[in-house]
Amino acid sequence: MKVVLAEDLHLLREGLVHLLRAHEFDVVAAVESGPELLRALVTHRPDVAVVDVRLPPTFTDEGLQAALAARKQVPGLPVLVLSQHVQQLYARELLADGTGGIGYLLKDRVFNTDQFIDAVRRVAGGGTAMDPDVIAKLMVSNARNEPIARLTPREREVLELMAEGRSNAAIGQRLFLSESAVGKHTASIFGKLDLAPSDDDNRRVLAVLAYLNGR
Amino acid sequence: MHSPPRLRAVTLKRMKQVRSLGYGLALSALVIVQIPVTLVAIVGVLVSTVAGMVFLLEPSVRLIRFMAGIDRSLIRRWIGVDIPVPYRPRPPALVRARDGYYHHKGKRYRTATSPHIDRMLAWVITDPATWRELVWIIIDPWTRSVLAFGPTFVIGWGVWLTFSEGLYWGLALSVLAFFLAPVALKNYGLYALALLGPTANTQLVGQVNRLNQVRADQLDLQAAELRRIERDLHDGAQARMVAVGMTIGAAEQLLDNDPVAAKALLVKARESSATALQELRQLVRGIHPPVLAERGLGDALQALALDSPLKVKVHADLLERPESPVESAVYFAVSELLANASRYASKVTIDISRRGRALRVTVSDDGPGGAKAVPGGGLAGIERRLAAFDGVLALSSPPGGGTTATIEVLDALPGDGETEPVNALPKGWRGLVYALCWSLCWLPLFPQGLVATFMLIFQPDERSWFLALYMPPPFQWPTVAVMIALGATMLATGIRLNPTVAKNPGVC
Repeated sequence: MKVVLAEDLHLLREGLVHLLRAHEFDVVAAVESGPELLRALVTHRPDVAVVDVRLPPTFTDEGLQAALAARKQVPGLPVLVLSQHVQQLYARELLADGTGGIGYLLKDRVFNTDQFIDAVRRVAGGGTAMDPDVIAKLMVSNARNEPIARLTPREREVLELMAEGRSNAAIGQRLFLSESAVGKHTASIFGKLDLAPSDDDNRRVLAVLAYLNGR
Repeated sequence: MHSPPRLRAVTLKRMKQVRSLGYGLALSALVIVQIPVTLVAIVGVLVSTVAGMVFLLEPSVRLIRFMAGIDRSLIRRWIGVDIPVPYRPRPPALVRARDGYYHHKGKRYRTATSPHIDRMLAWVITDPATWRELVWIIIDPWTRSVLAFGPTFVIGWGVWLTFSEGLYWGLALSVLAFFLAPVALKNYGLYALALLGPTANTQLVGQVNRLNQVRADQLDLQAAELRRIERDLHDGAQARMVAVGMTIGAAEQLLDNDPVAAKALLVKARESSATALQELRQLVRGIHPPVLAERGLGDALQALALDSPLKVKVHADLLERPESPVESAVYFAVSELLANASRYASKVTIDISRRGRALRVTVSDDGPGGAKAVPGGGLAGIERRLAAFDGVLALSSPPGGGTTATIEVLDALPGDGETEPVNALPKGWRGLVYALCWSLCWLPLFPQGLVATFMLIFQPDERSWFLALYMPPPFQWPTVAVMIALGATMLATGIRLNPTVAKNPGVC
C-alpha cells in the first residue's frame, strides 16, 4: 500500500516512516512542506496520505490546504490529517465533499500503534477516522439537539464510536457487545435521528457526521 | 438637557433666540454672586503672594476652581460647549516613611503639614490652569455682561429709542440684537473654552497620564499571565514529564527480571505523556489559540462558535487581518462574552466588520438582558485588555431585551492610504482670519478693555492711547464693553478655527 507522508519535524517524520514500514506500508515520499506535499500527492497518487496540518513555509494550515487542494484534483484521495489540536471547523472542511476517505486525528493517537495503523487502513479503504476529541466536541454542540437528547446513554456511546468511523464489529469489541446487539442499537439510533438505514459502513458514518454537523 | 421654566409657551421655548436671551440673563445675574466671591479670591491670591502668607494661596485657588467649575457646568448645559476640566492631577497624600518621618525633596519632616503645603503650592503654581482662571475671573464679569446680557440690553435700548425718542432705526437694532443673541452666547461659550479648557499642553499631559495607566495595567496583566503559565507548566506538564522519566527508568530496571511489570509501567508512562500533551494543548489554547494563528479572527471565532453549546452564528466581513496582538485581545474578549452568554442565552450572533480603520465586533444574545460591568468582573477585565489598543467595550442590555456587546478597536486595520494631516492650519481667508484673530485679540481685550477700565475707575490725567478716554462721558463705558466683547469674539473665532478644537472638541 503506497503512502505519502508530510511532517516537518525530523524525528517524528522518521518515527512515522519507521512505524508505517514496520506495518508493511510502502512510504513512497516523506516530505516536509506544503508545496512538496501537493506535488507528491498529485504525482504519486498514493493509496493514503498522512499529513501534518502545520507545515512550512507559513506554518499555518499549509498541510490541510494542500490535502484539500489535492483532493480537488484527485477526487476521493484518502487523507489522514494529524494535528496538535483538533477543530470542528477543520473537520467540517475535510468532510465537506462528502466522499469519505478522510481521517483527522490528534498526533497523540500515534502513541497507540495498533489503533493508529487501524485508522490509516480504514482511511485507505475509503472509510473515516475522526478523533474522539472532535466527536466529543460535536456531541457538546449537539447537547441541546432534541433527538440526540432522546438517545439512551448506551446508544450515545455507540453513536460516538460510529461517528469516529468504526465498524459494528469494532464497536462491539470496544463495548463488549455482540455485533447483532450493536446492530440493534444502530437501527434504533437511525430511527430516532430519522436517518435512512444503510448496510454500508462508510456511508452510514458519513450520514451520522453530516447529521451531527447540522447538515 | 436643562429645560427653561415651564410657564413659557411651547413655541417660545422652541425659539433659539428666546432661549439664548433667557440663558444670557441667567448667566449675567450670576455675576452678582460672582463678583464678591471673586474679590475674596483675588484678595487671597494677592495677600498670599505680596504679603507672603503662602498658605492662603491654595484655598484661594480652590475657591476660584469652584467658581470656574460652576461656570463650566452652566456653559455645558445652557450653551452646549463642553469644557473639559484642565487641572493636573492632585499629588497623592504624603505617607509616613518607615523611619517615622515624612520625606520631601530630600528632607525629613516630623509632621506632614509643611511638606503638604509645599506640595499643594507647587501643584497649583505649576498648573497653567490656575493662572488662566485668575485671568478668567478678572475679565469674565465684563465679557459676560457684554455677550450674555448685551443682546437683552440692546433690545431694550432699541425699544426705548423707538418709543421715547421717536428714532425708528432703534427697532431695527432690537430685531438685530434678538437674532444675534444665540451667536453672542455661543461666542461666549467658546471664549470660556479658551480660558477654562485645557491647553494643548495639558491635553498632552492628560494623555500621557492615561497612557502611563494603560502601560502599568498591561505590564501587570502580562506579568500575571506569565506567572500563570509558569505555574501551569511547573505543576502540569513538567511534573508529568518527571513522572514519565521515572516510570521509564523503573521499567528499564524491571525489563530483564519482570517483563510483564515493565510493560505495565511503559503503558503507564505512555498514558502520562498523553495527559501531559493534553495539558500543554490547553495551555497553548489559553496563550494563543492555534486556529487564530493559522486562520485569523473570522475562522477562529467560527471555531469558537462551533465548540460552544449555544447556537452561534458568525458573520465575518473582513478582508485584512489586524495585528496579531489585537486579534488575540479581541478573540479572548469575544470568548469571555460567549462564556457569559452561555449562562443566560441560547442564541448568539457574532458580527465582525470594519468601520473605516476601526475593527468592530458585536456579540448579541437573546438572554434576559440587564447585564452590567462590575468593577473587577469579567467585563472590566475585557475593557482593561482592550484599552492597550485604544479599544472600547460598549454594553447595551435592556432588561428583557437581550444583551449586545460591541467591541471597537480604533486604527486596528490598515487604512485606505489617505490620512488626514493632523493639526493642519486653516488655509485661504480662514487662515487670514485665524491669524488676525489670534494675533490681535489681546489688543481690544487687555489694553483697550481691561486697562481702560482701570483708567476709567481711577481717572488719571494721562489719556495715553486708550480710546475710551477720548470718548464723550456717556460713551466711555460702552466703548470699554464693546472692546472687551470684540476681543472675546476674536478669541472665540480663533478658537473655532483652531484645527484641534474644531475636529475634536473636548479631548482630555
